[in-house]
Amino acid sequence: MGTLYEDIVAYGGEVFGEEHMATLRECVQCGKCTGGCPSGRNTALRTRKLFQMALLDMREEIFNAPELWYCSTCYTCYERCPKGVKTTDIIRTIRNLAAKEGHMSVPHRMIGVYVLKTGHAVPIGPDQMKLREKVGLAPQPPTTQHPDNKDQLEQVRTIFKTTGYDAMIDFDWDTMNLRGMDKKGGKK
Amino acid sequence: MTEDVKEYAYFLGCITPNRYPGIEASTKKILKEFGIETKEMVGASCCPAPGVFGSFDLHTWLPIAARNLAIAEEMELEICVTCNGCYGSLQEANHLLKEHPHVREKVNEILGKFGREFKGTTKVNHVIVILHDVIGLDRIKEKIKKPLNDVNVAVHYGCHFLKPSEVRGHGSSETPYILEDLVRVTGAKDVDYKDKLMCCGAGGGNRTADTVQSLEWMRQKLVNAIMAGCDCMVHPCAFCHLQLDRGQAEMNKAFGTSFNFPILFATQFLGVAMGYSQEELGLDAQITTMPEKLIK
Repeated sequence: MGTLYEDIVAYGGEVFGEEHMATLRECVQCGKCTGGCPSGRNTALRTRKLFQMALLDMREEIFNAPELWYCSTCYTCYERCPKGVKTTDIIRTIRNLAAKEGHMSVPHRMIGVYVLKTGHAVPIGPDQMKLREKVGLAPQPPTTQHPDNKDQLEQVRTIFKTTGYDAMIDFDWDTMNLRGMDKKGGKK
Repeated sequence: MTEDVKEYAYFLGCITPNRYPGIEASTKKILKEFGIETKEMVGASCCPAPGVFGSFDLHTWLPIAARNLAIAEEMELEICVTCNGCYGSLQEANHLLKEHPHVREKVNEILGKFGREFKGTTKVNHVIVILHDVIGLDRIKEKIKKPLNDVNVAVHYGCHFLKPSEVRGHGSSETPYILEDLVRVTGAKDVDYKDKLMCCGAGGGNRTADTVQSLEWMRQKLVNAIMAGCDCMVHPCAFCHLQLDRGQAEMNKAFGTSFNFPILFATQFLGVAMGYSQEELGLDAQITTMPEKLIK
């Protein structure tokens, strides 16, 4: 583990390229990101502050800040930054590092549960199958959630197991749910 | 003009098929009017959501997206999507995997475990671009049976259709034109309103992190559209649709309001102008109800 800046460049760099992530160092604290931020109008999210904290290596403070999760990834700041800082990708990478260290809410972890169970973040139910038939569609499309496509769903699960996402959200393969949680995400 | 393609692999994602099948039905019907077939992608999964899985683990997000792209490659077809989230994920993944050979190699190691490979031979198209650039406004105009001359429309783009503009390639994200053109071709008027390009609030796990807070973004957006005299909102994103339509019921409960502002996906709106009934387009099965001037 290096400084937070080094970790951002290394971890995000493997997907976006290191130069892309190193733009964080170009931030001159002008605040244009924060001025145009739709989240900042309603929440404590201050992108400028977040980046200054990242450069000051305030890892724990950032990882424990609820507002880290109030960015909708709208890319308004990304488009407008006069210094070309790849803001949204930097925020996503900081979130990745936070998640790896266990900072992930139950509702966010549950999205992973749905995908591990069905391949879909928003799975289908009986009411929606009727809705589909009403507009002339098959009750279920042939995606990973279709009973005929269990082998396809298994491929998605293989990806999760390979990257360790199942362990990251503390997924229990026996109950097909978060460890120690009931079906609704409450504690057992 | 893009080269005329007669078949697309339709990447459904999650919300289109599993919550708002009217988006899927209207898209298939309209493309068929212009001789374009949409083929099912057997075994496709969640895209996965770029702001959500991209926020938790980019190294899981990328191979799942690559697997979906590989399915279309095996079909030897370009992809059509009806959600900005799917567009954001698949188009960006396609771009990154083509740009960075070492990233592609790592991803293909994972896909190889079940005999798949990302080759970089498909293209990800949003349905509104297929309508605007492949079919073209002139041909759409010929199919308008019910001109919507007295309808004022608030165009909502969502975020990931336009941004990041360096990856999406639809010109400036501050001065878009594709949806406006598609609204005008029906005879309807696109009305400018305060913060027209603002996000619906749902993305990036924000809706999941704090639903009521995310609904406040949408409330502001709807108020701005209503104040500008708009009759409805037309947009290109299944996830925005969930937030804007179902979200109004959640918002009314959370804030004690009584909003009922009609929300239409772009192909549902075009479908109305092309003479389809609201039942055929799934508009009768939504939370928000359609105004008389749209469904008469």
